[in-house]
Amino acid sequence: MTFRFLSGFGAYWMLLGKVFSRPEKPVIYYRQTMKELVSLGLRSIGIVTIISFFMGAVITLQTAYNTENPIYPTYLIGLGARDSIILEFSSTIVALILAGKVGSNIASEIGTMRVTEQIDALELMGVNSASYIILPKVVATLIFNPFLTLISIITGIVGGWLVGTTAGVITSPEYIYGIQYAFIPYYITYSLIKTLFFAFIITTVSSYQGYIVEGGSLEVGRASTKAVVYSSVFILLVNVILTQLLLS
Amino acid sequence: MIRVENIGKSLGGREVLKDVSAVFEPGKTNLIIGKSGSGKTVFLKCIVGLFEIDSGAIWYGDVLFNELNFHARKEIRKEMGMLFQGSALFDSMTVEENVRFPLDMFTTMNYEEKLERVNFCLKRVNITDSNRLLPSELSGGMKKRVAIARAIALKPRYLFCDEPNSGLDPKTSIVIDELIREITAELNMTTIVNTHDMNSVMENGEKIIFIEEGEKCWEGNKNQILQSDCKLLNEFVFANALAKQLKESAR
Ligand SMILES: Nc1ncnc2c1ncn2[C@@H]1O[C@H](COP(=O)(O)OP(=O)(O)OP(=O)(O)O)[C@@H](O)[C@H]1O
Ligand SMILES: [Mg+2]
Repeated sequence: MTFRFLSGFGAYWMLLGKVFSRPEKPVIYYRQTMKELVSLGLRSIGIVTIISFFMGAVITLQTAYNTENPIYPTYLIGLGARDSIILEFSSTIVALILAGKVGSNIASEIGTMRVTEQIDALELMGVNSASYIILPKVVATLIFNPFLTLISIITGIVGGWLVGTTAGVITSPEYIYGIQYAFIPYYITYSLIKTLFFAFIITTVSSYQGYIVEGGSLEVGRASTKAVVYSSVFILLVNVILTQLLLS
Repeated sequence: MIRVENIGKSLGGREVLKDVSAVFEPGKTNLIIGKSGSGKTVFLKCIVGLFEIDSGAIWYGDVLFNELNFHARKEIRKEMGMLFQGSALFDSMTVEENVRFPLDMFTTMNYEEKLERVNFCLKRVNITDSNRLLPSELSGGMKKRVAIARAIALKPRYLFCDEPNSGLDPKTSIVIDELIREITAELNMTTIVNTHDMNSVMENGEKIIFIEEGEKCWEGNKNQILQSDCKLLNEFVFANALAKQLKESAR
């Protein structure tokens, strides 16, 4: 068990070594990256927006109901919602959701390429298959996921405002005062740094799971489940480490 | 010319290839025959380097291929074309993009030149007006032909075909056999074809190697195959009724 994990870990790093070698034809890599920006980035905006809106709303409501104490000024609800969204929700929770969506997508795509011998076909031509398939995905998510995080922060805060004021737990001026009160810009940086790490974890772990598939469609399905599970676990693990490193 | 010397390969703890040696000459269609599971695909994948061999040597001309690293192999790889058992077309690319892929990757041709070469190759395998289709929109036989077009796009010196006519009707299968034979002669390629189809053996068998349980049991050409006294080969060749009748009447 431990041995399997360690040898898998070694194989993962070796694959990364292959991925980050010099591209043969930069033009083609550029074109692939553009494609991946659309399929991994643009196509994730919808789900990120919807989820962030509702989570922002729920966070605001819960903060409100947990601080029904006359000593606390109401605008603190806005502040609390803002910080939860920026610090944890828009980076970590969104990353977990993307691990489900993007991760399984990547693993099944690459796994299918493996079992249908498309990867062998690339290797046979003399193409570095790992780099050709995986590098554009990594680059695309590193570029695009920070935007997803920003989108998530904005829609989350808007969702909190809309639902909070509609439900009557906070007035609009109080919420707006709250989200500006004692704002620490570094939190955004912190959130974006985490996003970069998480994006890297999602794409590389899922790609690895797809790349090493052996067998048929059943194994591809398993690889895609594993991709989600492992990416999520590593995201949570790295989240703890990064939080300690960046906020202490 | 490709020469393999005493190669051995184990997979999953089982010896799949045992001490196989053979010489494959250019301009000829070399056939590897054997029943399902005998090790044909593994043999071919060893020759092209998709599997690393455990023992023995593989020579391309006078280059010892199996000792080369990934980068050194690349030069020889560019001269290889391969048709995989399941076609292995890139399913996110159209027919045209599939055939153009090796040209995009390894040539400095401009778009018009590439397109011309793509259309030439597609026409060579009798595929027309399908440039914009995706592999999922093609029939099995068309996929194989597009895969052949992709394999010959760079005018390879070595062509490898893994069961080019499995799952095809007899007529399409003959068309593909002829195609492979013609292209081989045209470009003076060294062609190695895996098959268990006796039709193509009798059609294309200029040089035949028979593999059973990972061992080479017999070597010869199509004229010798019917007279062979190798028992395992006879069992394989005369497995179908028609062939048996032929043998009876030849006596
Ligand atoms: N990746 C692998 N891991 C373990 N064993 C394998 C692997 N690939 C092939 N084998 C085994 O090697 C043997 C030979 O397989 P191979 O695919 O070469 O057969 P084949 O002659 O090509 O058969 P077919 O005509 O059905 O394609 C089989 O017993 C198979 O189980
Ligand atoms: Mg086979």
